[in-house]
Amino acid sequence: MTEERDVVIRLRGIHNQFGRQVVHHDLDLDVYRGEILGVVGGSGTGKSVLLKTIVGLQTPQAGEIEVLGYDLRRGGEEARDKVDDRWGVMFQDGALFSSLTVRENVEVPLKHVPDLDPGTRAALADLKISMVGLSWSAGDKYPSELSGGMRKRAGLARALALDPDIVFLDEPTAGLDPIGAAAFDQLIHGLSRSLGLTVFLVTHDLDTLYAVCDRVAVLAEQRVLVSGTIEEMGRVDHPWVHDYFHGPRARAALTAKGET
Amino acid sequence: MNDALSLTVETAADHHLVRLSGVFTVHDLPGAEPRLAAIAADRAVLLDLAALERLDTAGAWALDRLEARIAEAGFTLETQGAAPHLSALMRRVDAAIPTPDLPEDTGPKGLTGRLDAIGRRVVDMGKHGGVFLNAFGMFLYRLGQSLRHPSRFHLTALVAHCEDVGWRAVPIVSLLSFLIGVVLAFQGATQLRQFGAEVFVVDLIAISILRELGILLTSIIVAGRTASAFTAAIGSMKMREEIDAMQTLGIDPAHALFVPRILALILMLPILGLVANVMGLLGGGIMSYLVLDISPGIFLVRLIEGTDVSNVFVGLIKAPVFAVIIGVVGCNAGMQVGSNAESLGRQTSNAVVQAIFAVIVADAIFSVFFAEIGL
Ligand SMILES: Nc1ncnc2c1ncn2[C@@H]1O[C@H](COP(=O)(O)OP(=O)(O)OP(=O)(O)O)[C@@H](O)[C@H]1O
Ligand SMILES: [Mg+2]
Repeated sequence: MTEERDVVIRLRGIHNQFGRQVVHHDLDLDVYRGEILGVVGGSGTGKSVLLKTIVGLQTPQAGEIEVLGYDLRRGGEEARDKVDDRWGVMFQDGALFSSLTVRENVEVPLKHVPDLDPGTRAALADLKISMVGLSWSAGDKYPSELSGGMRKRAGLARALALDPDIVFLDEPTAGLDPIGAAAFDQLIHGLSRSLGLTVFLVTHDLDTLYAVCDRVAVLAEQRVLVSGTIEEMGRVDHPWVHDYFHGPRARAALTAKGET
Repeated sequence: MNDALSLTVETAADHHLVRLSGVFTVHDLPGAEPRLAAIAADRAVLLDLAALERLDTAGAWALDRLEARIAEAGFTLETQGAAPHLSALMRRVDAAIPTPDLPEDTGPKGLTGRLDAIGRRVVDMGKHGGVFLNAFGMFLYRLGQSLRHPSRFHLTALVAHCEDVGWRAVPIVSLLSFLIGVVLAFQGATQLRQFGAEVFVVDLIAISILRELGILLTSIIVAGRTASAFTAAIGSMKMREEIDAMQTLGIDPAHALFVPRILALILMLPILGLVANVMGLLGGGIMSYLVLDISPGIFLVRLIEGTDVSNVFVGLIKAPVFAVIIGVVGCNAGMQVGSNAESLGRQTSNAVVQAIFAVIVADAIFSVFFAEIGL
């Protein structure tokens, strides 16, 4: 890869605070075009909050957010409209619309495309549902009739509906069976390569980190403590990072990767 | 960057040459689809993607559909010049094209279908009655248990619900029954004046408010306010699996949720009915004074002499019954909520309609009963 890489998400000096609890302080982060960035950190370190901050669901007390070249904090409505169709978000618990079937959920973003024929729209939705590994009959089900893992997949199908430039995934493989999780990793990796997708991936799943992530950012001490490739993480001299990447699970995941 | 899609078709003797260039994404699909559909499936197709810069899944899907159509007609589609990441995407999409995996629904159709639906609804209604009785029985059983083991009773919850159900409803109940008293006095006055029997307006007001309107009006207001609140509260707990969690923790939902709520209603509804009676008489009295010049003194004398105190009891004896109806309907509807937000809304409005309906039916039965025993 070239040295001068295209930055699609640029965060500078982000400060997030709930009451007296400071979640982020002076947080900087760059995400490059076409990469899969894994964001890790202990529970409650503010990974979900960071994701919400970038997509504009949480207004930080201070800092700059630039996505695809638009300044989201100062650009106002206009900048938001420009990027809204170019990113997709999959929330930690799916966040599907409970009154719509899975197919209708996936069709929601497709309705932004003017003049798209309803039959084509349904067919595209079915394609997305199938691509994330759900069966045809799942399309007609309501979210309440799905299992937790199926809801995740449906959430991913909706996030990918428009083939966005950036997708934000909050723990996509948590709660999936190992085979399903591996298929999910493959799917994300494959889509990212063939569509040039940039992926912001919050995860606790070490297998996912080793299998698909180009870079890892570690959230700790209210900021992005370090970021770099997995190999670089192994050399970081910080107790939490060291434990994370040298724990028994990390070694198992590394061996698993070595075998494939 | 070349942003537009250009699509050209050249027809040779043995194949169509389809050239795509620029970007082909979901936004280009409405324009491109008819043109792809117009390519006749009468010879082989050569797809030239050398100049295609970007393709998304929607574009790949459209090309895949074209290939499927050509293949169905017995010809082949060949792709040339596609960048590796584009052909990877096309392969991925092709592998994911979904196929129906469930047989079509073949229920009865036409007239039979309609009869079938009506029949099902009748059966559902019958079941509904059963479910209601079940909830009522459950409440009585748990209430009995609470009485035997008072230490396990949720007193704090009861007091909180009493405040919510009773105290907070006082303003609206007072205002509405005051207004009903005013209306009765006014309407009564205009009618009775024709016979010179103005003074009987007091009897009219007293009997109708004490016997019927005071408690009925209160029950309808409470049904609207409280049955819906019960359903929403219990229903949203049901929706988030809190009820399931309670059960696994050994807490009985009927005991923890139904008993304090319904008991609060039973305690509060008679009091609210009493408030409604007083306010209705007050409204009637004031209006009688203003329109008919019946002084408060005469009103009181007439009220005490002309109206038997049994009217008050006939009115208030209904209160606990109505309270049970409203409470059980509200709590039961909450337990029927499924796991989506829509069923919560549907059950909430159902609860209000059913509670008001049941209260009025019960009131009619009471009227017949009291008429028969001569009260
Ligand atoms: N709306 C909110 N109000 C108050 N505090 C909040 C809010 N949202 C998040 N927090 C706090 O911010 C912190 C970070 O939460 P966040 O959900 O980002 O954690 P996380 O890193 O995603 O954890 P997990 O891995 O468990 O998902 C937590 O301590 C949480 O209590
Ligand atoms: Mg989280």
